[in-house]
Amino acid sequence: MALTREQIASIAALARLDLTASEFPVYQDSLSRILEFVSALDRAHTADVAPMSHPLPGLSQRLRPDVVTEQDRREHYQANAPQVAAGLYLVPKVIE
Amino acid sequence: MSAWETVIGLEIHAQLATRSKIFSGSATAYGAAPNTQANLVDLGYPGVLPVLNAEAVRMAVKLGLAINARIAAQSVFARKNYFYPDLPKGYQISQYEQPIVAAGALDIVLDDGEVKRIGITRAHLEEDAGKSLHEGLPGVTGIDLNRAGTPLVEIVSEPHLRSAKEAVAYMKKVHTLVRYLEICDGNMQEGSFRCDANVSVRRAGAHQLGTRAEIKNLNSFRFVERAINYEVARQIDILESGGQVVQETRLYDPDRGETRSMRSKEEANDYRYFPDPDLLPVVLDEAFIGAVRATLPELPDQKAARFASQYGLSAYDAGVLTASHELAAYYEEVVRELPQEPKLAANWIMGEFAAALNKENLEVGSGKLPPGRLAGLLRRICDQTISGKIAKEVFEAMWSGGASADAVIEAQGLRQITDTAAIERMIDEVMARNPAQLAEYRAGKDKLFGFFVGQVMKATAGKANPAQLNELLRRKLGG
Amino acid sequence: MSDWHTSTLTQLAAGLRARKFSSAELVRAYLQRIDASQAALNAFISVTREQALSDAAVADRALAAGAAGALTGVPIAHKDIFCTQGVRTTCGSRMLDNFVSPYDATVVAKLKGAGAVMLGKTNMDEFAMGSSSETSFYGPVRNPWNPQLVPGGSSGGSAAAVAARLVPAATATDTGGSIRQPAALCGITGLKPTYGRVSRFGMIAFASSLDQGGVLTATAADAALVLREMAGFDANDSTSVDTPVPDYVAALERPLAGLKVGLLKEFFDEGLDAHNERRIREALKVYEGLGAKLSEVSLPNLPLSVPVYYVVAPAECSSNLARYDGVRFGYRCEKPRDLADLYRRSRGEGFGAEVKRRIMTGTYVLSAGYYDAYYLKAQRVRQLINEDFRRAFGSVDVLMGPTTPTPAFAIGAKTSDPITMYLNDIYTIGANLAGLPAVSIPCGFVQQLPVGLQIVGPHFSEARLLSAAHAFQRVTDWHTRVPPGYA
Repeated sequence: MALTREQIASIAALARLDLTASEFPVYQDSLSRILEFVSALDRAHTADVAPMSHPLPGLSQRLRPDVVTEQDRREHYQANAPQVAAGLYLVPKVIE
Repeated sequence: MSAWETVIGLEIHAQLATRSKIFSGSATAYGAAPNTQANLVDLGYPGVLPVLNAEAVRMAVKLGLAINARIAAQSVFARKNYFYPDLPKGYQISQYEQPIVAAGALDIVLDDGEVKRIGITRAHLEEDAGKSLHEGLPGVTGIDLNRAGTPLVEIVSEPHLRSAKEAVAYMKKVHTLVRYLEICDGNMQEGSFRCDANVSVRRAGAHQLGTRAEIKNLNSFRFVERAINYEVARQIDILESGGQVVQETRLYDPDRGETRSMRSKEEANDYRYFPDPDLLPVVLDEAFIGAVRATLPELPDQKAARFASQYGLSAYDAGVLTASHELAAYYEEVVRELPQEPKLAANWIMGEFAAALNKENLEVGSGKLPPGRLAGLLRRICDQTISGKIAKEVFEAMWSGGASADAVIEAQGLRQITDTAAIERMIDEVMARNPAQLAEYRAGKDKLFGFFVGQVMKATAGKANPAQLNELLRRKLGG
Repeated sequence: MSDWHTSTLTQLAAGLRARKFSSAELVRAYLQRIDASQAALNAFISVTREQALSDAAVADRALAAGAAGALTGVPIAHKDIFCTQGVRTTCGSRMLDNFVSPYDATVVAKLKGAGAVMLGKTNMDEFAMGSSSETSFYGPVRNPWNPQLVPGGSSGGSAAAVAARLVPAATATDTGGSIRQPAALCGITGLKPTYGRVSRFGMIAFASSLDQGGVLTATAADAALVLREMAGFDANDSTSVDTPVPDYVAALERPLAGLKVGLLKEFFDEGLDAHNERRIREALKVYEGLGAKLSEVSLPNLPLSVPVYYVVAPAECSSNLARYDGVRFGYRCEKPRDLADLYRRSRGEGFGAEVKRRIMTGTYVLSAGYYDAYYLKAQRVRQLINEDFRRAFGSVDVLMGPTTPTPAFAIGAKTSDPITMYLNDIYTIGANLAGLPAVSIPCGFVQQLPVGLQIVGPHFSEARLLSAAHAFQRVTDWHTRVPPGYA
């Protein structure tokens, strides 16, 4: 399963990753080989097998009571933010 | 008959009226300072995990039961992956293949009185995103994540709607329902209740659906109607001039009254849904569902049917009075005090009272005119203390001044004249002052009867009992 | 100077309680060892000296007052994947180079609550993606047995630190073998508990359905002591299991006679180094001598575990790492032109090569048109592997086999070929896919390099695994060997 440069570009775009020119051939090669490697899965017969998305079977989601437990800790949390003003996180202008 | 048929499906987003968020203990109150109600989970901090709010699940189940839908014994949360600055984790936790509420339906009443059943494909739980603010920030966008993680139920209709009007009628029906169920405050200005409309057109009689456009984030009934009408006209124009409609996301601009393409959302819409490994399947047993069922109130359609039969109202009136549970409760309060006059009560509530509220943009529950007060006024009409016409004056005085009907009637001397002798005296005076008209009337000009009614009413400042006046006047004028 | 560093954690805890020495003395001694080794091993990303000394003073007061918890005053280190309040938490990535966590992970809070004193945060593969601890933004960790070799990964910093006796215990995480594989390559004990046994809250996510926190120690008895404090239900983690935590320490002396041990046929394959195999066979003989009943079992779908893993783990990681966008925390590129540029460059520059590779692999296998063929198919095969394990545990109590195919390899030897690197985890991934507990214990040497024996049990069988490991360590001394230069 060989991926084209265009496919790498579209995956990188979807994942929002800027790749340098030298990274393209590297990922083109390694992703192609990974896909080739995982194609071994095709050998398994899974017609009547349910997909397993959780390692412990039979458990169900616990529900939390509807109680407000949090207080305003904005300043504390925004200490990690690259750019804030007036309590808002700032990003370059979004055009809708 | 138009050559084109419109096909519409709505995706309604109703914010659930929980205290805390769907996956965190942050408050959901509207209007707080930016990012003061966004905790580590809402901000998508490294290492944090979601835990599901029980009340959000109960509310979704309540909705499902109200639309006669099947409640899924097992539903699954999935991640919808896309990048947007108001989506902190880079994915929205939603439900995809296994929603909590499966197929249901709602009936709407069309203009001609016909009842049309609108299928509901599904309803699922998900988290809301934050807000992007552009105004007053030169060159940048500000992100407020207070809304991020607010529980939403998304109600997806089948493409059964055939006009903007039907779409609005359906949306209003859902709006009424969620407020009856007390699962959503329905505040459209604050965005608690909003919808996306999928709109397409096809040749009349065609079976295959046309290419649709999705109009995002419509937050008023008026915008829904205008946006759909604009979009339908736009698509017909394109098709009639030989073009093709592009499947895309569009935004309605209320200032220009038109829809436009949202290119930013078009870039990459491969959402890569997969089951959220941080959350387990939501398993609901009969006991849970039964407990929710026990909390269901009388639903709008049931209430309307009861109003029609119990109070002898027309289907239309019953529908109007049950459009909100506050209005229906108000009506029933008035009728409880005036059990013999349900129609009079209906007319006044739908007429003067609704108009007065509307004029001042008030809600039924504003307390401006408590139901007991209105009943007091109507009682004075029934016992002939005042006429219906005078009652309107009294109503206005009550509305602006807040006094009771009796106080207004007393203070302004509006009590109706029912004393036969007094009315007769007035009639005599009027006849004496208008000999010419009297002669003409007696010569056969019947139309002048109204003239004499008017003159007597003028002389009594409108207070003469109209029925008595008519009878006495006819007798006197006849000689 | 005492021989504290060659004592076990269990002995140190007892010594502290008996007030034979103070926590402050212990902490200072270990901090000195960390400093002395840092240039050679690069095991730590952050050393929290001031905080450690002040916590030690608090611990000593508690010890003096007789108000000590199970671990009061005992020095530990946390893998830098666990969020620590007020302390930089990098996950080995440039993306989080400047990230100071505003909260403690549940594991960190629990161990703090038990009295443990944190000395620092250990180096690791970036976002735990790797099997050699070479992908860290902070440079590779080196194996104390031979600094030219890798310590294994992704918890290589924790493993190297415990092996070189820089700290008696270190937390770690295991998504595909990241506790057991470095434990094997460094000659120490590594326990990966049952999925859901230890809270994931505050443990920076790599692949949520596979990640599990655990511990690296010199001995199984030490692991039992630490696990007893780490484990337990957490209301903040929906996938944590509400089952009582047994007293793993009390269960250690459970007799081994009659233990039904299954030898995993698929693990003794052509990929297993012949010298390694010899050490494993010798260890199995020891177990036989202790009264274990050995039999061979086959898990026919197990060879597919690596392909399953390299679909499922990247898929989950591509989504889990979408939150690193340069908006609320973490790395932001210089002067973004627009929003798209902000995203693409912050992520392109903030993530290293292996992380980007996995994000792209995961993005691809989840994307429209490929989801069924890759992601869904992998989750179905995962179910088959899970059923294989379930069937096996119908006839045996535990499964045994090698932890890794070979001993430690040279730094740089496998970085150019991701598949070769991925195959290092061939024996460990199965337990993650099925959520099973597993332990790796030292069982000998090949050319002066340690070899690990792996024991896998059914869900929530940690007590049994630890007692089986403990029984082995009572009759062998591999776990007492300290790398030359660190003795």
